[in-house]
Amino acid sequence: MDLENQRRVKEFAEQLGPENVVVLIGASEGSASALAAETVTAGDPTYAGPLTGVSLGLQVYHVCEDAVKAEFDEAIYEDQVSMMEMVIDLDDIVEQMESIRSQFTKY
Amino acid sequence: MNSVVKGASYVLVHAPDMLVKNGTTQTTERIVNPNSEYLKTLGKHLRSYDDAVAYLPNQVYIGNLDPVELRKHEQPWYGTKFEDAARYGRFGEIMPQAEFYFLIQACDEFELVRLEKGFVGEYKDAFFASPVVTDLIRNRIHDGVDAEQLEKILKEDGEGLYLGDRLVGAVKKAHDVDLALSSHVLLENLVSKASHVLSLLHLVDKAGISPAEVDYVIDCSEEACGDMNQRGGGNFAKASAEIAGFSNATGIDTRGFCASPVHALTIAASLVKAGTYKNVVVSAGGSTAKLGMNGKDHIKKDMPLVEDVIGGFAVWIGEDDGKNPIIDLDHVGRHTVGTGSSPQAVITSLVSDPLQKAGLKITDIDIYSPEMQNPDCTKPAGAGDVPVANLKMIAALGVKQGILERKDINDFVEKHGVPGFAPTQGHIPSGVPFIGYGREALLNGAVNRIMIVGKGSLFLGRLTNLFDGVSFMMLPNEGKVEETGKASGEELRKIVAESLRGFAKSLLSEDQDE
Repeated sequence: MDLENQRRVKEFAEQLGPENVVVLIGASEGSASALAAETVTAGDPTYAGPLTGVSLGLQVYHVCEDAVKAEFDEAIYEDQVSMMEMVIDLDDIVEQMESIRSQFTKY
Repeated sequence: MNSVVKGASYVLVHAPDMLVKNGTTQTTERIVNPNSEYLKTLGKHLRSYDDAVAYLPNQVYIGNLDPVELRKHEQPWYGTKFEDAARYGRFGEIMPQAEFYFLIQACDEFELVRLEKGFVGEYKDAFFASPVVTDLIRNRIHDGVDAEQLEKILKEDGEGLYLGDRLVGAVKKAHDVDLALSSHVLLENLVSKASHVLSLLHLVDKAGISPAEVDYVIDCSEEACGDMNQRGGGNFAKASAEIAGFSNATGIDTRGFCASPVHALTIAASLVKAGTYKNVVVSAGGSTAKLGMNGKDHIKKDMPLVEDVIGGFAVWIGEDDGKNPIIDLDHVGRHTVGTGSSPQAVITSLVSDPLQKAGLKITDIDIYSPEMQNPDCTKPAGAGDVPVANLKMIAALGVKQGILERKDINDFVEKHGVPGFAPTQGHIPSGVPFIGYGREALLNGAVNRIMIVGKGSLFLGRLTNLFDGVSFMMLPNEGKVEETGKASGEELRKIVAESLRGFAKSLLSEDQDE
């Protein structure tokens, strides 16, 4: 995950309380989604950014997961996300996200 | 008069020691984690020059293997050696690192680069034997200095040039406090300039343009050259044109992250169509910073460090000759400030909007060339197969528009795209790697329409959160050369005669009124 984004996520968690932050991921690959999810839960696995050694344990979802999709205005989802949903391997992404959440999410 | 693509060149430089010493993944690691396992194991994953030459995507890049042939080989490709591999191809070459150090020295105007005497003696003949290196460049090579002098430069904040552990050259800083003139920045800029020059030399050799014919050069790389008062002052284009011997040319640098080459090509085509210049070259050298960028992931997957080449290219845009493929400037795609960042909005603005304007559908483009990154580099890093992802997005837009069915997406990718083969050097893979092959396919009638798409991550510079992108179509030349804005002698006579007739009529009617 981009170092600047790591810094921003860390700041939001400090300002708002980690239990009040949900991170949404829009990556197109399962492994990239899992890497970002791991960064905001267990800490930066690349040991490069501000979340190195910082286990925030945040709630984290991919934007195409059912739980998040249900929260969207249908028209906006159709306009902004539906095309990408056709292209990605959603089953793989969901599997990897669930695995990260079950291991590292604290809230 | 239309603008046409008259030729293209593509070059690579194998730079394993620059990967270790100058790639930002490695330089950052040395700062934050100097004893890391990654740095210790790095050397074992470097490829030899012969392996880099035999690597399928590299052979495609320089013109020795058609990109569609890559489909015959299972991915990843690093385990396969191309039997007919060669240093030179019909678009360019893969230059070894040692020879490239000579080119860096030849590009230095301020006595900042020094090569070691023994190294010069050892490799000078090989460099001089290159079929594209000119006397102008040969005459710039110095005899070299003692090894102690190189050590002295390093002690004074210089950057070293290495062959393995052997120090064979050094770059001095050009100012005591100005970071824009530090040895680190100067080396990056000289590498960009030298690989740019190599692309220009191959354009002369492969496309047959005479150096004296070039009016204007546009550099579209991603480095900034200047000093602390004007950090991005420029100008790589003119500096490179000078070493390539383009004595009648001037030029300018365009920047826009990875989108810059496609911006530069539309600018060049417009300059030629307007009649401002006859021959414009759009070109760029490569980047040391991105060498080994995804190295950590590559080593994790126990694969060689395939991001070990610096890329370069040059495209010659000239006046319509009735033969070469035309750049369609009437239907250019662009991502505007108001477009939005969703993939739908991006693909609509870059692909379907210009097609709609031209009365065409997504399926009317034979080949799309979006970002052409080699998937061997990106897939292990979790970034997927970038060209395939782009083609899928175009197909998905076709599904939303009712032109395609969802089950057709994979077929569309196969039929309307080619596998990625370009090194992950930012601007280098961005649409342009296919122009050489695409030009040939349009010339021989194998395809009818090609779309080149460039996209850029502007947000990385922290000035805007926006993304950018531009696209254009390449079309076959039907042989009707149109003169725009210039009337022929016959047309002029007609215009004058009609004016005189009109004037005579008005005089007659005035007489009758009176």
